[in-house]
Order: sequence, then structure tokens, then C-alpha cells
Amino acid sequence: MSLMLEDIALSAGGRVLLHPVTLSLEAGSLNVLLGPTLAGKTTLLRLMAGLDRPSGGRLLVDGRDMTGVGARQRSVAMVYQQFINYPSLTVFENIASPLRVAKLPRAEVEARVHQAAELLHLAPYLGRRPLELSGGQQQRTAIARALVKRAALVLMDEPLANLDYKLREELREELPRLFAESGSILVYATTDPAEALMLGGQVATLWEGRLTQFGPAGAVFRRPCDILTARVFSDPPLNEAPARLAGRELVLANGRRIPALQRGVEGECTIGVRAHELVLDDQPGPDAVPLDATVRVAEVTGSESYIHLDVGGLAWVVLVPGVRRPEPGERITVWLDPRRLFLFGTDGTLLATPELAEAA
Amino acid sequence: MARIAFQQLAHSYHPAPRGPIDYALRPMDMAFDDAGAYALLGPSGCGKTTLLSIISGLLRPSDGTVLFDGADVTPWAPERRNVAQVFQFPVVYDTMTVRENLAFPLRNRGVPAREASARVDYVASLLGLTAALGRRARNLGADDKQKISLGRGLVRSDVAAILFDEPLTVIDPHLKWELRSRLKELHRQVPVTMIYVTHDQTEALTFADRVVVMAGGEVVQVGTPEALFERPAHTFVGHFIGSPGMNLLPCEVVSGEAVLPGGHRILLPHPPARETLAGRRIELGIRPEFTRIARDGDLPVLLRRVEDLGRRRIARVELAGLALTATLPDGAAPSSDAARITFDPAHLHLYADGRLVEAAP
Amino acid sequence: MKPHSNRAWLLVLPVVALVAFSGVIPMMMVVNYSVQDTFGNNEFFWNGLGWFRELLDPSTEFGGRFLDALWRSLLFSAICLAIQIPLGIAVALTMPRRGLALAFCLVAMALPLLIPWNVVGTIWQVFVRGDIGLLGHALNRLGLAFNYTQVPLHAWITIIAMDVWHWTSLVALLCYAGLRAIPDAYYQAARIDGASSWAVFRSIQLPKLRRVLTIAVLLRFMDSFMIYTEPFVVTGGGPGNATTFLSIDLVKIALGQFDLGKAAAMSIVYNLIILTLCWVFFATTTRGDADAAR
Repeated sequence: MSLMLEDIALSAGGRVLLHPVTLSLEAGSLNVLLGPTLAGKTTLLRLMAGLDRPSGGRLLVDGRDMTGVGARQRSVAMVYQQFINYPSLTVFENIASPLRVAKLPRAEVEARVHQAAELLHLAPYLGRRPLELSGGQQQRTAIARALVKRAALVLMDEPLANLDYKLREELREELPRLFAESGSILVYATTDPAEALMLGGQVATLWEGRLTQFGPAGAVFRRPCDILTARVFSDPPLNEAPARLAGRELVLANGRRIPALQRGVEGECTIGVRAHELVLDDQPGPDAVPLDATVRVAEVTGSESYIHLDVGGLAWVVLVPGVRRPEPGERITVWLDPRRLFLFGTDGTLLATPELAEAA
Repeated sequence: MARIAFQQLAHSYHPAPRGPIDYALRPMDMAFDDAGAYALLGPSGCGKTTLLSIISGLLRPSDGTVLFDGADVTPWAPERRNVAQVFQFPVVYDTMTVRENLAFPLRNRGVPAREASARVDYVASLLGLTAALGRRARNLGADDKQKISLGRGLVRSDVAAILFDEPLTVIDPHLKWELRSRLKELHRQVPVTMIYVTHDQTEALTFADRVVVMAGGEVVQVGTPEALFERPAHTFVGHFIGSPGMNLLPCEVVSGEAVLPGGHRILLPHPPARETLAGRRIELGIRPEFTRIARDGDLPVLLRRVEDLGRRRIARVELAGLALTATLPDGAAPSSDAARITFDPAHLHLYADGRLVEAAP
Repeated sequence: MKPHSNRAWLLVLPVVALVAFSGVIPMMMVVNYSVQDTFGNNEFFWNGLGWFRELLDPSTEFGGRFLDALWRSLLFSAICLAIQIPLGIAVALTMPRRGLALAFCLVAMALPLLIPWNVVGTIWQVFVRGDIGLLGHALNRLGLAFNYTQVPLHAWITIIAMDVWHWTSLVALLCYAGLRAIPDAYYQAARIDGASSWAVFRSIQLPKLRRVLTIAVLLRFMDSFMIYTEPFVVTGGGPGNATTFLSIDLVKIALGQFDLGKAAAMSIVYNLIILTLCWVFFATTTRGDADAAR
């Protein structure tokens, strides 16, 4: 099936919870809703599921208007952040529950449950009750229930947030493949940019109830359409600085001049550069300019180091490979390469993307 | 401020434990140096939270002793131990203002009002809470509430240690960066022993000077982030630290070479003594970061899939039926038909029954 | 564009009919009576707002009587709340947290709540009798001249003791549920912060119990302000009019004197007082929540 949202919006009590959203989701696609808490991810999921009625716009399923139709009449499955299972039923019965509701023949139920349990590594636990399982297994049970239903639309609201880091990694790898085979539209909400990239597929970035961009994960990451999208989709946070475009140059607040790539635009703007695009030691290119910075703190992960800097009063983070532990207070030079800069106008729209991203 | 040590510490939640299986924490000797930044890292159920509760005194261990600066504090209640703890979900006293919240531990201990007020102002400035001091605590966001929890720990000048129990769980990724770096800065300014419990390797590695990796109620390895990354003492550490974790390939060692399934041979730079390997399960470990995929590599692999993680890419490949991961630099596009993989010999490790085999001298 | 079916309204109809039959129609009858006078034989005479004027003027016989009963009712509710709420919290705080002791506690506390109200009245009426009642007889033997049928104070003590016995466990059970909902981390944090038990109560337990206590106060106020059965069984409103609460007085006027007009006017004002007081309670106790949400 295909799901089409046309200017779907929601307001309640005079407050806008979701500004009009237009989205088109295809069968078998994986779609990630990315945004911080309260960005409107859950609101959008609930509207897609038919749990809430939009205050404006239309929702089309395979071209048919389904705007006011409740969740019960739609082919929808949902997985939540909390591990929601029936505590008194066995894992088998938990997974089988949507099939029992649909009154499927017993043989068919058995076959589907066993198949899903196999895929989600739950086969040895079918006789147990959910609370006797680990958190990861409980969430696998909830996912298996969504899987056997073979719903056309599968919605997941931060399903891995309550799981251990390593379990998250494991399930994150399995999930897209599980649902790709079933042909369902999978919509997955998360606050974590890395997760959005690892899942792949399409990404819709949300900020304060607004959909800012929708497209393939890699493309949105490399060419965010505005500064909000770039912020939502940067982890560590996007390093920003005010600047002014003057002819062929970009003038920073401290007076440093950078050859600008974007010509013909004059006036105030904001530069944005991601942590891994900054360089500490050697000049990365002929046009790169040095900036003076003071080290606030260094974080070492073993393979990489995050150096938190004070760059003329702005808090920046630089990611460098290998282990580096400069002392707090140390003066350090950070190189800004114009080929790795985003340039945003005063209204936040993107003026220029990094040249290197274009190439990739 | 204190040095915290354990002697033969163990804990079982069973009243009459019958064997090691009944122990949530297996016997251990360990010490946390004064003013160090430590992380207890491990999956759920590994015993890290149990260990933290034993340090704070909320839980009395079934065996062994806990020493603070050499003094046996095992029977002491939490309030007597002078430890502070920050919990997974922010704990604030709803009816109080931020100032009253921060002053609460001091008021309970009868610290004079003037001194308490000065401490509160100092701590609020460290945490960036000065502007919020007069506000009701419950009207603040999760990150500010967590700062208050943290502030109540810092406000006591005599605190022996500050314990963190997964404090960033409910914080959004962007704010995590701010809180984490602030925590690290704080540790510089207020030299107090900090112990941070988490299942998230990034949090553990970035926060701590020394990371204690735990699994199944035992300490598997204690080390600096770079030691855990470069020389995992156990296959569990290799897998648990790093994203994705270390590649582990079953192999045999024949005359200084590791023989992989499919007959591929890899020359070991430091082959171990033969007798150390006899009759044990041998694995070759190599981190994805220390592999290279190219046309002119060593071993032929099947390229299954490339994951685009934005600033780097991960190749999922197959070597004689074994799944491997390799990181690719941004921009590199391996061809799928003729990919070959090379392992950096300096970062090859050999594991016998899961434990790192030291090179023969 | 309007896929929602209008059939849904059909399903609501039975409820609408039921509410109309049991609530709205009797209510309209009361309003009808309140503006008329009757001398029996189903003969009614228009009286306008006369009954209301008389009722709200304390210098008239009817108004004075109403005001006295109103004060008695308010005093009774105030005393009940003042005893039952703190006592209920105290009981909840000392209740065991798990095991057999908890099960026993819960059953024992639920018992008074399960006894029919007139039976509660009868139990206490017998219990405090000077001749055969366990308590009354024992008090008299101890030299205390306890006589609830003659001494107003004794009648009040009896009724209040009965209400406390009957209803404190409701407050305690509500508070217990509220206390159980407080996460352990709060208690642990307080221990680590060196808080005394009193400080834990003041800064954690009481604030977290606020919602539950709002409900408890509302329920107990409404119930005690409208109490009828038990005092009617125990004292019948006496001695004299000492325990004639609004509800008892209302029945006396309506069914004793068959003054339907007066009784109707009185019941409307009675109803309005309850609604207003409940609204005031509710508004003041939940105002803090609205502040927090802002």
C-alpha cells in the first residue's frame, strides 16, 4: 500500500502540535522520523495510526481518503518505547494475539508465530511469560507481534530507547530487513541522528512540530535544507558561528576572512560545520583558515577524541581520530576549511553545502 | 574525598546462596583512587548497579568489606558515608525552589545558613543554574532537573564520592553533549571520586579516566579507554566496546600463522608459545577500524552491504562464510566483485577461551 | 469527508433516557415544588420565590432552623476531615509494605467499608448504650456518666467516633496507594541527602500525595456533609436538635411535616452549597497543577 499525508496538521487547545505535513510513503519503505523530544514525532505517528483525528488535511491510503477512520479499521501495528506485552499470556499467545483477533485458522496461527519467533530468536522462550524475559527479549516479543500481523503500516516509537546499547545495535541491524520482506511501510521515530543513519532509508526531520525535510538519510545528512535540519541531524551538535558575506569573501566575527564559495549573496549569515569536518593539526587545504581556540575539556573514546573548545565565546566540538588529551585551558588552533562549511541565511535556509559532500 | 576499596566483596540476593550462579556479584578486590573518574560499564544484569548500591550503602553486601580511606564502612548507612548519588530519573523535591533543593542536604546536616547559601551559589554557577535559583524545581526540563540532582551531590564540601546511575538516560542527544562535558569539567574543578554506571560505551569512555567493564557479576577488565579499545583483555570487551565491535574469527595456530576457515593463513607478528594454546578454543580478533578493504588486499571477501553512517561507512563482508565488518573512509567506494581485506598486523590479537593470549616474550 | 458514522448517537440514547428518568425529571419536580405551596390533596398554590426568601432570612423560624442545621453539618464535616485525613495518612505510613501482614491489614481495613450504613448505625447504637452496650456500659462502670441520648456532647462524640471508625480506612487506603506509587529513587536520594523522616514526609511523601488527598478530602467532605442514615439510626437527630444535620432536618420537613415546598427549596440550596464547596476545594487544590503545566 502507499500512505499519503496531505497537509495533515493538529492543534489542540489553541496550541499547534503539528504544522501541516505532506509526506508520501511507499510500500516496503523504511522511514525514520528524527527530532528531539516534543518535536512532534509521536503526534505524527498517532495521526498516521488513526489514533488521533487531524485538525486539518487529508490522509490517503492507496489513494482512498481514510482521514477519519479509526485505528481499528486500518491495517496498523505499533511498537512503543515501553515493552508492552500481555503479562499473563505466554510469549506464544502474545505473538499470536493479533491473529486470534483476526480469527485465523489454528494451523496458520502456529505457522506464523513460529516463523516470527524464529526470525526474532524467540523460539526457545515461547512457553514463558514476558516478565520472565530480559528487556531485549520483551521488546522482541512486541516486535514479533507487530510482524505476524502483517500490517500494511508498522509504527515504532523509539522502540530501542530502553534497551542496552549493544542490544540496540543488534536489533537495529535486524529490523529493516525483517520488515522489508513483509512489504510493510515501516515508520520509526528516534531522537538519535546516528540511529537514523544506521537504519538507512528515508528520513523526515522534525523540529517543534514542523517537518523540515524528507529524503534519503545520506542526502538529508549531507545536504540539510536549513539550519534546523542540520542541527537535528548533527551529533555532536552542529558548530555554528555568525558571519557576513562580502563579495567573494566570508568575514567571521573576529575579522578573519574566508574565500566564499557562494557568490552574489551579500549580508549576514551563519556558518555551520560538523565536528568531524574540523581539523586540529595540519592545514587541511590551501584555503583553510586558522581559528584560535581554548580547550574546555577532552573526551577520549579509545579510537577517537572529542575536543570541546571555546572559539571566541562559542562552544564548539571537534572530533579527531586517535587519542588526544589537550589540557583544559590550552590554546589550540582549529582549521576551518571552506570546502567543508555549510552556509545558512538569516532565515536559516541553506545557501551553500560543503563541496566535499557534493562530491560524495 | 576518599579512596574506595573492596576486599573479597561479593553479593547474593538469595538468603542462602548455593553456588556462584546465585551471586549477583562474584568475589572481587578492587580500588577506586581518590579523585579519579571511573565508569562501571556492562549490559543489564551484569551487577554494576548492585556494586553502586553497595558503595553508597543502600545495599549491604553479603560477603566482604568496603573500605573508605582504609576504614571499614560496610555496616554504615548511606547518610554516614557522605556519598552523593544521581539517579537515572531526575529526583527533585517538587515543592521546593531550585535554591532550596540545592540547600537541602546542607540544611539536613545543620550547616549555618550563610555558609550554605555561599555553597549553593557556587554550585549553581558551576552548573549554569544561577538564573533558575528562584524557580520551582518541578517546572524545569529534564536536563535542568538532572543538574539539580547533580548539584545536591556537589553542594557538600565533605562528600567522599559522587555516584551516577545512568544519569543521561532521559536526556536528548543534544543536551547529553552539554551535560557530559560539563560533568567532565566539574571533575577538573572539584576533585572528588566519581563513579559512573552505564551500559552506553560512549558515555563510559568519554567520561572516565578508567573504565571497569563488567559481565555476569565479574569485572572483566579495568583500563583506560584506549587500552580497552586497542588491547581488549577478553573477547567480551572486544565485542562490547567499539561500534561495531571487534571481529572474532575462529582459527588454529600452526607454525606462527593463524589458519582461518577456508584455509586462509595470516602471519602472526608475535606468535604465542604453543603449549598455551593446546586444547583451547582459539579466536583471532581484529577491530573493524584496523582493517582495509581494497582491490589489492590480502584475503578475498564477499561484499554484502555498505552502511552509510554519514561521517564514515561500514562494510559488511563475508570471509569464507564468516561475517566481518570493516570501516571505510568517507569517499571510498569499494567494488563489490573484487574486494579484498587486509588486517593491520599491529592490532591482531589472539584469544584462547575468550582471554587475550599474551605474546611470547 | 465525514466517514464517522452517526449511528454512534443511537448507542448513547439509552443512557440519555436513563439519566433523564433518574436525574433530570426528579430534579425538575423539586424545582417545581420549590415555587409552590401545598396543603395536601394534591392542591398546589403558586408561591414564587417565597420559600427561598424565608429560607435565607435567619430571622424567620424556617431560616433560623436552616442556619442552625447548616452550622451543625459544617462543624460535623470539619471535625470529620480534621480527624480522618491526618489519621488516614498516619495509618498509611505505618502500614506494612508486603507479605501476610499487608494482606491482613488490607482486609481488616476494608471491613468497615463493606458494612451497610444502617447496620453501622445499629452497631454503634448498641455499642454505646449504657445498659447493654460494651463501650457505654464500660464507661459507666468506670464512673463516667456517658449518656448519648441525654447529653448533646456525648451524642456528637458517638457520631464522630462512628464516622471515623467507618471511613478512616478509605482515606488510609487511598493514601497507601499514593505512597506506593512514589519511586524508590526518591527515598534513596533522601537517605543520601541525610533527610530526617519528617523531612522525607514534608518534602517527598506529602507533595506526592496531593492528588490523592484532593480526592480523599472531596469524597469525605461530600459524604459527611450529606450524612443521614447513621445519625438517624443512632440519635435520630437528638437529643433535642443537637445532631439534626441538614439531611435529617430536610427529611423531617419533607416527610414529617409534609412541607414539600419548603423541603424542595431547602434541598435546592443544600445542593448548591455542596456543589460550591466542592468546586472551591477542587479549584484551590488543583491550582498548583495548572501552574506547573504552564
